[in-house]
Amino acid sequence: MSDQLYQERIVALAKARTGAGKLENPTKTARRDNPLCGDRVIVDVKLDGDGRIAEIAHQVRGCLLCQASASALSAVAVGRDSAGIAELRHDAERALGREPGEAHEPFAAFAPVAAHKSRQECVLLPLEALKDALA
Amino acid sequence: MSFDVAAGRGQFPILSEIIDGLPIHYLDNGASAQTPLAVIDAVRRYETTGRANVLRGVHRLAERATESYENARAQVASFLGVPTMEIVFTGGCTAAINLVAFSYGALLKPGDRILLSELEHHSNIVPWQLLRARSGIELDMLPVTNDGRIDLTALPRLLTPRTKLVSLAHVSNVTGALLDVRAVVEAAKAVGAKVMLDGAQRVPHGPLDLPSLGVDFYAFSGHKAYGPNGIGVLWGRPELLDAMPPFMGGGSMIGRVTLAETTWAPSPRRFEAGTPPIGPAIGLGAACAWMQALDWTAVHDHEMDLVQRLMDGLQKIDGTQLFGPAGLQNRYPVVSFLLDGVHPHDVAQTLDSFGVAVRAGHHCAQPLMERFDLDGTTRVSMAPYNDSSDIDALLAGVAHAAKTLR
Repeated sequence: MSDQLYQERIVALAKARTGAGKLENPTKTARRDNPLCGDRVIVDVKLDGDGRIAEIAHQVRGCLLCQASASALSAVAVGRDSAGIAELRHDAERALGREPGEAHEPFAAFAPVAAHKSRQECVLLPLEALKDALA
Repeated sequence: MSFDVAAGRGQFPILSEIIDGLPIHYLDNGASAQTPLAVIDAVRRYETTGRANVLRGVHRLAERATESYENARAQVASFLGVPTMEIVFTGGCTAAINLVAFSYGALLKPGDRILLSELEHHSNIVPWQLLRARSGIELDMLPVTNDGRIDLTALPRLLTPRTKLVSLAHVSNVTGALLDVRAVVEAAKAVGAKVMLDGAQRVPHGPLDLPSLGVDFYAFSGHKAYGPNGIGVLWGRPELLDAMPPFMGGGSMIGRVTLAETTWAPSPRRFEAGTPPIGPAIGLGAACAWMQALDWTAVHDHEMDLVQRLMDGLQKIDGTQLFGPAGLQNRYPVVSFLLDGVHPHDVAQTLDSFGVAVRAGHHCAQPLMERFDLDGTTRVSMAPYNDSSDIDALLAGVAHAAKTLR
């Protein structure tokens, strides 16, 4: 074997399935597909009066990286508004080596994906879906 | 006589590359096959000793280029068992199917029907959907059996007197299933429909005798058949091709051009507007000649031995499931499988870390994936140069994925 993309932290995030499922009566829902690989993410959110995320759930039909990313996102999304979610996107981009600077947890776990360009969209897809839901 | 794999591998320089310390176990031939020295040399010979445009120039380089280009057409024709001037060079298999959808499609009327199947590659679905939007034809879809074959028992129900064309994969790019061409042709002829085969996955596994198949159009791509990129082939019955209007206009495809109107050259020139992909065509000719020189009975036995080794090995790994024909009959060496609890992309990524190249995902056959409610499959597609070490490396990788990713 030549590399270790699937490090324990990523596998653990995926297995945790934080936020996996649906919300009853979500304020907003968005779906994103990756036509290249067929990954699909549906994100439900309930927002409070200030436009902050009160609850989040996701349905991922995709690879382990996409599941891990949705799980990571759900773990830290509550209490954030769209600007706060944009911050998480920068964190993910930093972990993937697409922006300078150090990534914070939980997205720092995705640093091994920096070497695998073809898989980076898998990590970003849940963030794209949530951005759409908050738009 | 058995096939000498080691000698065969020696003709493919890329197979001895080491990348990141790993040898190459190339099992993604269904996406793009590797190319032998005979092809590389033919293209190099054209580029270094005979490069010029074809068909027009009178200088000796132009004559040399034209001769090489037309010789390539003859090599392809010989491979398919048809007359040379029935071969149309295109930009690829997709381009060949689009050509038929546009030019044969121009002869169809609203309400005419075209019959496809649920397991087609997108390139044999989308051009017909575009035609439907343009011209008001209707599309029908043959269903697929649980073992990944086109269900021909539905032919009587779906073939109608309005069916003008049946267009199907000769071999499935997902399941490796071989189409029963005779049954399709018989049923289609009974209602007066033409038959087109997408041969992209069949051609890399040996020469054909198209006249005995009884089909009307046949398309395939060069890069999946050990040739260069950017070249494909359409064969069509000459009376059909000559009745079809051009697909693209430009140089080479005309009879006479005036500012008022233009007459068309006969096929194949009619469908080869502009400067063709000359080097790639010459490379494809060499690839066809290379394939024709192999003993395909021995190669097929070798390929099926690999399929058996793969299927036996996968069945020993807990949670694997084959998707496609279970046995070795009427199939080619394309094998799709699932690993419970692990997404196909994660299987493929793990295999890459073992130096094994496969394809994972929907394989440009999303309707088939929908039919079986699948995210995708992991696909192993073999070529004559693959050997048991490729299969064993793959099995080790799948076992590793099964152990670590669920």
